[in-house]
Amino acid sequence: MALNLAFEGRRFAPALPYRVGREKIREFADAIGATEAAYRDPAAARELGYPDVIAPPTFPVVITMPVARMIADEPELGLDYSRVVHAEQRFAYGRAVFAGDELTCEAVLEKLSSRAGLDSVTFRVEILTAAGEAVATVWTKLVARAEA
Amino acid sequence: MELVAGAELPARTFVVTRADLVRYAGASLDFNPIHWSDRVATNVGLPGVIAHGMYTMALVGRALVGWAGDPAAVRELSVRFTRPVVVPDDDNGVEVTISAVVRAVADTGDVQVDVTAVSGGEKVLGQAKAVLRRG
Repeated sequence: MALNLAFEGRRFAPALPYRVGREKIREFADAIGATEAAYRDPAAARELGYPDVIAPPTFPVVITMPVARMIADEPELGLDYSRVVHAEQRFAYGRAVFAGDELTCEAVLEKLSSRAGLDSVTFRVEILTAAGEAVATVWTKLVARAEA
Repeated sequence: MELVAGAELPARTFVVTRADLVRYAGASLDFNPIHWSDRVATNVGLPGVIAHGMYTMALVGRALVGWAGDPAAVRELSVRFTRPVVVPDDDNGVEVTISAVVRAVADTGDVQVDVTAVSGGEKVLGQAKAVLRRG
């Protein structure tokens, strides 16, 4: 199935916010081998001036995963997820993510292209607090090679 | 760490094993089978199971946080995944070495850093860049 280029500009937003838990941050820090106390101990995080346990810089991928799945699973988009590789990733941070944050994701399909047997999808996700504070902007480029 | 223009930040080497990828899949909820099944990975033309790009990027994040001394110091981080990190099914895994050079320091104190990630003698990331806030 060909990539549907008419989806460029299409917006996606999960209905439910993502609640950042201390245990999820610790689990993620463990998984990447990061040992900093501020990722697991609220007292250590407060000593550094943070409101609660802080998340590692790439933790926002956990927060954007539901909306990334919405995009990948959108049948009309025609992205063959079984052939997808991750081509590019970018984060711009308004501030760090902390345990206790309740965050929403607003995604837009920024750029779609299909040429030389290569389908490419770039989407941007704005991660916001309920009050509208910009926490991070996350760009992801996925590429799917057409079956030979 | 003195974050001044031209400074070379000390390289850090990380070992990545299949067990790390399984654990990362669970923590990140990225269960793409190319990160745990040789059968699926080779079927889509890869040499074998490869690390999640986001796992390699997380190692870049660890190095940056170590250099800056503060998880909140990372203001921007971007990479291109140009070459897969192939992770063998053995106890030794594969090494990924992250190094960086300070390209410039802005008047605002923002430190622009060019990052290099090498595995198996090859660069695995392209245009890997970060901006750190100097504390």
